[in-house]
Amino acid sequence: MFRRRGDRYVATFAVDEVRVLRKVASEVVGLLTDGFDHSDPVVCRLFPEVYPEDAAGTAEFRRYTEGDLKTAKIDQAGAILAALPGDGGGEVRLDAEAAEAWLRALNDARLAMGVRLEIKDGTDLGAELDDAVADDPSSSRVFQLSVYAYLGYLQESLLNSLIE
Amino acid sequence: MGGMAAPQVAPVETPDTDEVPAPDRPWVTIVWDDPVNLMTYVTWVFQKLFGYSREKAEQLMLDVHHKGKAVVSSGARERMEHDASQLHAYGLWATVDRS
Repeated sequence: MFRRRGDRYVATFAVDEVRVLRKVASEVVGLLTDGFDHSDPVVCRLFPEVYPEDAAGTAEFRRYTEGDLKTAKIDQAGAILAALPGDGGGEVRLDAEAAEAWLRALNDARLAMGVRLEIKDGTDLGAELDDAVADDPSSSRVFQLSVYAYLGYLQESLLNSLIE
Repeated sequence: MGGMAAPQVAPVETPDTDEVPAPDRPWVTIVWDDPVNLMTYVTWVFQKLFGYSREKAEQLMLDVHHKGKAVVSSGARERMEHDASQLHAYGLWATVDRS
């Protein structure tokens, strides 16, 4: 979890955390490069229709803004990849600019996972996780739910250290 | 939107559209509720992007959370598209409509 030290935002990550963060940031980059497809609900959430009832207006808006938005999202995921320590784990120290890039990138990763996991209003993550474990403790859903919860706590700790 | 313990719902309403739009009517940027974004994050984004006070940003966030959506800015269409694009960069679900 992040803490503020002077003008830096500092967290220590264990081996598994580094691997998870590298994986989710890489997946966001992959989604925005190789697999970019507006019919993918995750892409649809990250690049919302600005005029829900005007397809032509939305297409026009995308023509002018989507390239920059995509680049910004790839760059912010890249800020996570660039700051992560090696596979042994270790400390991450972010300046204010990098901290904000991390915040946005963690949010993108959570949005993507939230769509895939079908997170709804009132979804109780603890109960979802219990159900998934009861169903099959080694399932991908158990892993994904745990990662989703972890990213939320991490994002919140970084945000709190920025605000305080 | 989130709260670690209080995620949000996807919107079910449609924006209030003016059936007889006038060309000089200002446009609005609307932010919609979603089940993932943290409440504290949404408040922070409103302060950051629009320079709103903590109180105003929190009130807007609560409107989004409880009413499903809120108008966060209004003005010329190009300006609203700029705002929506910025909000998308922060992962908020923003649309543009006539006021």
